[in-house]
Amino acid sequence: MTATDAPTLDTPDAQAGLVPARRRFTPPSSALGLLGLVGFAVLLEVLPRTGIVSRDYFPPLSAMVTAMVDEVQTAGFWDAMTETLLGWGIGLGISLVAGIALGLLLGSVEVLRRYTASTIEFLRPVPSVALIPLAVLLFGFQLQSTLLLVIYASFWQVLIQVLYGVQDVDPVARETARSYQLGPVARLRYLIWPTALPYVMTGVRLAAAVALILAVTAGLVGVGRGLGAEIAVAQSSGAVPLVYGLVITTGLLGVVINLLARALERRTLSWHSSMRADIGG
Amino acid sequence: MSDPTATPTGRTALLDVAKVQKTYTGQGRTVEAVRDLTFSVGNGELVCIVGPSGAGKTTLLKVIAGLLEPTSGTVTLDGTQVTGPPPSMAVVFQEYGRSLFPWMTVEQNVELPLKQKKMAKERRAELVRDALEAVGLAEAHSAYPWQLSGGMQQRVAIARAVAYQPQVLLMDEPFAAVDAQTRADLEDLIRSLWHKLGVTILFVTHDIDESVYLGERVLVLSSSPTVIMEDLTIDLPDERNQLDTRSSPRFAELRHHVYEQIQLAKHRRGGEPAPAGATGASAATTPA
Repeated sequence: MTATDAPTLDTPDAQAGLVPARRRFTPPSSALGLLGLVGFAVLLEVLPRTGIVSRDYFPPLSAMVTAMVDEVQTAGFWDAMTETLLGWGIGLGISLVAGIALGLLLGSVEVLRRYTASTIEFLRPVPSVALIPLAVLLFGFQLQSTLLLVIYASFWQVLIQVLYGVQDVDPVARETARSYQLGPVARLRYLIWPTALPYVMTGVRLAAAVALILAVTAGLVGVGRGLGAEIAVAQSSGAVPLVYGLVITTGLLGVVINLLARALERRTLSWHSSMRADIGG
Repeated sequence: MSDPTATPTGRTALLDVAKVQKTYTGQGRTVEAVRDLTFSVGNGELVCIVGPSGAGKTTLLKVIAGLLEPTSGTVTLDGTQVTGPPPSMAVVFQEYGRSLFPWMTVEQNVELPLKQKKMAKERRAELVRDALEAVGLAEAHSAYPWQLSGGMQQRVAIARAVAYQPQVLLMDEPFAAVDAQTRADLEDLIRSLWHKLGVTILFVTHDIDESVYLGERVLVLSSSPTVIMEDLTIDLPDERNQLDTRSSPRFAELRHHVYEQIQLAKHRRGGEPAPAGATGASAATTPA
């Protein structure tokens, strides 16, 4: 099997990420990627210094980094970081538990799945940020408000993936399980769950990314006190380099979360065709 | 256990298929896959079912396995009517790659059905070891199925069925997807397992040579809607091997005979008058 036709769990975005997608073959390019990153950094430094872009709105990279180095030495930054990670982690955790449990239930019971399908399709596209007034009304400017936004955004990612995963059980595998007298619990444990696992992992990765976006957004619009709130404060006080510095920090946080999610995916799916090299045919 | 002179009536019936009919309905169209099948399989027999492609062989096997409900008629196993998969039956599917669970090792795949039997751990391990040894895969227990060749994967599926200790082993074109040499090895494996275990085997195939080489009896099916065209006793010696058996004059005769029947079967559907010796043809004359 070549890398070209190896299905992977790589998905470009949340909408296309309903099923494990295929990835085109690319040569190992970590060196090239690093070079590109360095080039981008140089550009960020040079453009403001040559006056091509205004330094008032777009300070050089070194200024952003300096502002951030000062910032990470303050207790306030780490409080904000903790708050954001708390909102992200708790919200994601609740989404995963609820999404997986409900997904397995709805996916296994055909009547329930049909009964809820239209409702899910209606609720899913509602943007989480549209719920901000409701969140504030319910919980005020507390962590719970952030959690509501995070959970609403990430829960659907998990639920939809689990629903697809449960539907993907191979008919031959299903008949094998039936003819060998596997009961409902054994079927769930040994057949349905492992079949759904690649989808669940895609759901985890998408949900983790979306949860971070909402955890930051919540602070940005005044709900909660996370990194988003820090950005808002820096912006209103005219600390432009710090605004950029914080934006870069949230970006790095996203990269770390994605790397962790991918590592988890590789560990749990070592048997999956996207992660292995076939020998027999 | 394996009397070479066995006849369709020579043993007590273990599996009875009576007037089984299966019609699929869907999208405003009905397809009668199996019209009227009646036969029985004796305890310890090795019976092959052969028929032209699209003869409803798989449908029949699934009905017998309790995976599919017949539209009418009954399947009886050891005196009990089959309404769902019976505990004393194991099925080996053609699609070994989909029937084995890729997230489990060879050993775990073979052991899984035994866990459902609430068996002691030591006993399970023993059965798994013996079964893998019997199919020649004692070394591969900790490999994953997808690390093995196609033939080896089907051996794992056979080991799983053997470890399950079924009364009846159903095999649905199990060697259709493996290469010719592997297929010959696996055919001999089935004969030797059958001798060793005394299990009753119902083997579905589209390969005429395979059916004659393996079976004590060969049931020849017509085209869909399916009836049995002939119930042929294979009077070859019990000790068979790929070289001598296949080149014996009697093998050639039997093969020739079944081949002729299959050719007839392609043109004669279940509704039309059946040749002498055939059983179960209905009187209706509507072609499908």
